[in-house]
Amino acid sequence: MVDLNGIKELAGIKVEGNGVTIGGMTRHADVASSADVKAAIPALAHLAGHIGDPAVRNRGTMGGSVANNDPAADYPAAVVALNATITTNNRKIAADDFFKGLFETALEEGELITAISFPKAEKAGYMKFPNPASRYAMVGVFVAKTASGVRVAVTGAGPCVFRVKAMEDALAKNFSSDAIKDIKIPADGLNSDIHGSAEYRAHLVTVMARRAVDQANK
Amino acid sequence: MPELALDKDGKFLALKVDTIANMGAYLSTFSTAVPTYLYATLLAGQYTTPVIYANVRAAVTHTAPVDAYRGAGRPEATFVIESIVSKAAAELEDGLRPSCAGRTSFRRRPSRTRHRWRCSTTPGNYPPIIDEAIKIADYKSFESRRAEAKSRGKLRGIGFSSYIEACGLGPSRVIGQLGGGVGQWESAQIKFNPTGNVQVMTGAHSHGQGHETSFAQIVSDKLGIPIETVEVVHGDTATTPFGMGSYGSRSLAVGGSAIMKAADKIIAKGKKIAAHLMEADVADVVFEQGTFKVAGTDKSVPLGATVFAAYVPHNYPLEELEPGMDENAFYDPSNFVYPSGTQVCEVEIDPDTGVVEIVNHTAVDDFGNIINPMIVDGQVHGGIAQGVGQALLENAVYDKETGQLVTGSFMDYTMPRADNVPSFKLGNKVTPCPHNPLGVKGCGEAGAIAAPAAVMNAVHDALAPLGVKHVPMPATSLNVWQAIHGGN
Repeated sequence: MVDLNGIKELAGIKVEGNGVTIGGMTRHADVASSADVKAAIPALAHLAGHIGDPAVRNRGTMGGSVANNDPAADYPAAVVALNATITTNNRKIAADDFFKGLFETALEEGELITAISFPKAEKAGYMKFPNPASRYAMVGVFVAKTASGVRVAVTGAGPCVFRVKAMEDALAKNFSSDAIKDIKIPADGLNSDIHGSAEYRAHLVTVMARRAVDQANK
Repeated sequence: MPELALDKDGKFLALKVDTIANMGAYLSTFSTAVPTYLYATLLAGQYTTPVIYANVRAAVTHTAPVDAYRGAGRPEATFVIESIVSKAAAELEDGLRPSCAGRTSFRRRPSRTRHRWRCSTTPGNYPPIIDEAIKIADYKSFESRRAEAKSRGKLRGIGFSSYIEACGLGPSRVIGQLGGGVGQWESAQIKFNPTGNVQVMTGAHSHGQGHETSFAQIVSDKLGIPIETVEVVHGDTATTPFGMGSYGSRSLAVGGSAIMKAADKIIAKGKKIAAHLMEADVADVVFEQGTFKVAGTDKSVPLGATVFAAYVPHNYPLEELEPGMDENAFYDPSNFVYPSGTQVCEVEIDPDTGVVEIVNHTAVDDFGNIINPMIVDGQVHGGIAQGVGQALLENAVYDKETGQLVTGSFMDYTMPRADNVPSFKLGNKVTPCPHNPLGVKGCGEAGAIAAPAAVMNAVHDALAPLGVKHVPMPATSLNVWQAIHGGN
């Protein structure tokens, strides 16, 4: 096991291009409290501020979370909805190409996430429905309107983060929670456990997406 | 399902309850006592019920063995009776929701109930407790809060739970009749040092209940000595007398009473020493606020002087009295103690997610005399939180196909946390227990006994306008949402 704590260059938040670039070793607490992140993408700071608990936020890193790709992690929804770019020691990977499946990413053996670049968002919101016991996302929806258009990314509900094209199309025409209130997503393939059936999670995706849009519009 | 028969005026005629209690794979210490003696005997609740038939079957299953948990059978009894009473009140009233007027018309029992083993419940005055709870909960303006919540798309409900319970185990003779193989007395030793400091050894054991404070309080008060001079010793089998322990809300009622008996012996001995020191007749000596006095004179001697004399017996009635000031006592209660009370829970449910939020929770209890109000409040707070856990959050789930425990860690077994409950509103009424020296009733489990019914009654009240008849416990967001949407 290799300890990356000594490599100073891997942590830090930079205002770059049309957004922010966050080093792989940056702690969630630092993302949550960063004036630069709050200025460029307040919803990202809000998301980071609600990961786990204060102890987790003081130690957990963005690179670690994204590389692990836990189905209930919060960051993957932000990475996909904001169409972020993942920089490794080897290459740059687009968000849509990064998350492959349950705990599976595009990273090759020995490949390290050095930074993730997020474009500034015109509007963005994140709403999470927590598991009552673990407080992980049972359903977490990140909605964003950026230069790439409107994207809706869902974490927690399935084995891996996914986009909801029907909601993206509706919001592109009318970025309001009413525009998506009748859009139901299918329950097939969604996670089912004692805290939430697949049908319940499918229902919650629409509820959380609407609340994320309302938050983005505030 | 229990069945309750009432006449058209709301008078209870009969109650029939059939219960299957899961013991788990093996029987543990209290296992079968919990759903029988500690449950079925209390099914009348606070209501005059002429006839009750209760049949309890204990089942062994491939699940973890169970034993007494906070309340041990009394939360279940309170839940059974208060759920059906709530339903009955709703049906007799306007069919939509329970009202408190309807509930109070159910005739509360008079002060005594005889059981086969000839223990009577002790007096409790229930209507003032209910009135106080209604007032604190601001029940009068609940409908306006319900309407305001509805304007925000949320559903508010209010639920009641009134309890009477038996704790402070207990009269050993009765325990024996019930098949128990032990006594349920408690022990105490009060040992003075020559300097006047005192150690109080108790067979009870504090695991956070604050006995170090409350036991020191009663000794300080009874013997008129500064509380700083009292040290409470517990949990060390090398130094404490043999005791029966802390459970069943018994430490103050039984352990505290043993301490009072030991203190009586200290005072009795002190009187003899004081009589000798004051050259008076022991019959003329009184003990007031730490001082022995000869009635009708200004002669007095503080307790400390008699303690010193007992250890330095130079001027001392050695022919009649041994030196030393070290007395112990064992106290066997003549009856259980019977706290009672009412809780009112107000919830707000988000129909989009099924999440139940407790917006107000009121508890008014009669614990007899209160020795330390802060400690009592703390017990009620903790008990309510555990009851909320039972009603909304906690569940030991086994997979039906494999028998595997699915809730194997706190990542899946939902423990209640501070943000699951509001700040509680508490009140209390005092009807001293007539049969122990302190006049106290146990308070450790009451919060957990009444809370599950109060919360579930509130949930059902909130969802009644949607036609929902039953939400299973725990009322998790999934269960509530499925109840609203017909199990889809």
